[in-house]
Amino acid sequence: MKEEANQKILKTFPREKAFYFFTSIGNYTGESAASLKEFMEKIKEVNVKSLEFHLQRGDFEKWINEVLEDKKLAEDIAKLQKANLTGDSLRNQLYTLVWRRYQQLTNIL
Amino acid sequence: MKIKNNALSLDALDYKILEALQADARQTYTDIGRRLGIAHSTVYDRIRRLEKYGVIKQYTALVDTENIGEKSITAIMAIYTDPKESEKVAKTLSSFQQILEVYMSLSEELQVIAKVIAKDQEALHSFIANSVAPLPGVLRIRTAIITKKFKEAMFSVASRTVK
Repeated sequence: MKEEANQKILKTFPREKAFYFFTSIGNYTGESAASLKEFMEKIKEVNVKSLEFHLQRGDFEKWINEVLEDKKLAEDIAKLQKANLTGDSLRNQLYTLVWRRYQQLTNIL
Repeated sequence: MKIKNNALSLDALDYKILEALQADARQTYTDIGRRLGIAHSTVYDRIRRLEKYGVIKQYTALVDTENIGEKSITAIMAIYTDPKESEKVAKTLSSFQQILEVYMSLSEELQVIAKVIAKDQEALHSFIANSVAPLPGVLRIRTAIITKKFKEAMFSVASRTVK
């Protein structure tokens, strides 16, 4: 049962459920992620302003909760939001958080 | 108005009638005729032909949303697209109620330009993120929220002589 839930977190979602990276209201970077793996990779590449924008709005937490349905990762990201990080320290912390979770899920399977 | 090889050619009187209608489309044929010094039946005939040949597309009402307490924001989106998909993107955008105008522009990159209206910034962002960004062929989007309007007008026949 748990394995099934983990598999769901790791699956690739259709385009309309992907996460779209913006730098501000209405300004789409052209980057999107349709799976946890892709999301993790995009964290390394996308404009840091986009990470700041979405973290502050709670968009990552919402997408991870509602689309990937990974409550644990969503909670961890919500905690990161409270740390008020910006720039590369935000990128590094966010990447580490998602990478750890990804490793954990892939090792379980 | 003359029709030659399926092309319309308007005369000075047609333009004067159009100008009068653009100033106030609710005035009567008699009012227009009186102002232009012609019979109301002539005004009627000319207007019927201008309608028939699609010169006059419609009569509409310009609603000032601020006066009915309707709060909204307007933005202009420049949507950079894959050239193979740009027509489809423009057509899909045209089907959304939130989109008021859609244009295609050939600058350095192919862009679809669209005017969008939303209740507030959050609704605007959610519309773009959920309905525009996921469209196949959309490469990136630049959005400018309009903060002050200085002029909004339709093409006026009176302006055709302005050089």
